[in-house]
Amino acid sequence: MKNLKYLVLGVLFGIILTKSEVVSWWRIQEMFRFQSFHMYGIIGSAIVVGLISIQLIKRNRLKTINGEEITLADKKYTHGTWIGGIIFGLGWALTGACPGPMFAQLGSGVAGAAVLILAALAGTWTYSALRDKLPM
Amino acid sequence: MLELLRQPWPWYVAGPLIGLTVPALLLIGNKALGISSSLRHICAACVPAGIPFLTYNWRTELWNLFFVLGIGIGGFIGYHLLGHPDAVAISTETVRDLKAQLHLTDFSGLLPKELFALENLSNWKGWVFLVLGGFLVGFGTRYAGGCTSGHAISGLSNLQWVSLVAVIGFFVGGLLMTWVFYPMLF
Repeated sequence: MKNLKYLVLGVLFGIILTKSEVVSWWRIQEMFRFQSFHMYGIIGSAIVVGLISIQLIKRNRLKTINGEEITLADKKYTHGTWIGGIIFGLGWALTGACPGPMFAQLGSGVAGAAVLILAALAGTWTYSALRDKLPM
Repeated sequence: MLELLRQPWPWYVAGPLIGLTVPALLLIGNKALGISSSLRHICAACVPAGIPFLTYNWRTELWNLFFVLGIGIGGFIGYHLLGHPDAVAISTETVRDLKAQLHLTDFSGLLPKELFALENLSNWKGWVFLVLGGFLVGFGTRYAGGCTSGHAISGLSNLQWVSLVAVIGFFVGGLLMTWVFYPMLF
């Protein structure tokens, strides 16, 4: 069961998101109103730790536990990077949840999260269908 | 120990742990942290409808669906087994503003019941917060090529300027909604 390790890591990730209240609409509102350092501290320190880790992996040419090469793909720029970014931001301030927290909220028993996820799926599907007509 | 775990975790504990998820995924299987892709895989698995962007072998990305299933289980454990009865301790300024602007009175739970309860789907507020909000998240993240995890954490950790553009976009959108559209809506 090679996917089990991702399930376990996902469980830990979900616990961290929930216990740090990243999954809380209140915390996201507090962030967009610049009334607390909490979310900025979390995102900022996560990036610093991620950055150092990636540098260590690159400099030491670390391999995966199965001995595979670790490859980091570059993100490609399109006009969607900023247009889509703004659209997501508008939704983030409404729902107080990015995709990860929606799944954690559903697990915590918030019924509304099921609607959020279905609506997010509808959004992703609509984007997929309209993709050829959107500025790229 | 359990008592300590039950308290809300401070940013300097949670942030570094979230950051460590990036190398953990790389080291266990050369995977890049990114959660919004799971929405695409679910669409591809359930309703591909002949759309080229949804026609690919989503089974090779099954790890991502296991990861989000894990997040759901983690949400259950974090909220119910390691839960903490008090309301989220947001700043008094935020409480004051939300009372004045959005007329919220119940500050319990992860999100305001007055906006996100299913019964609200019978009025426009529920549709704006649950349906429109969710739709914008699903549409925007895929159009931008990632969300907070894929761009802000994973992308910026790997010094991707594209991710910086995306994250600035996230904040422009979030600030517009909070400071411009909220006052218009309420």
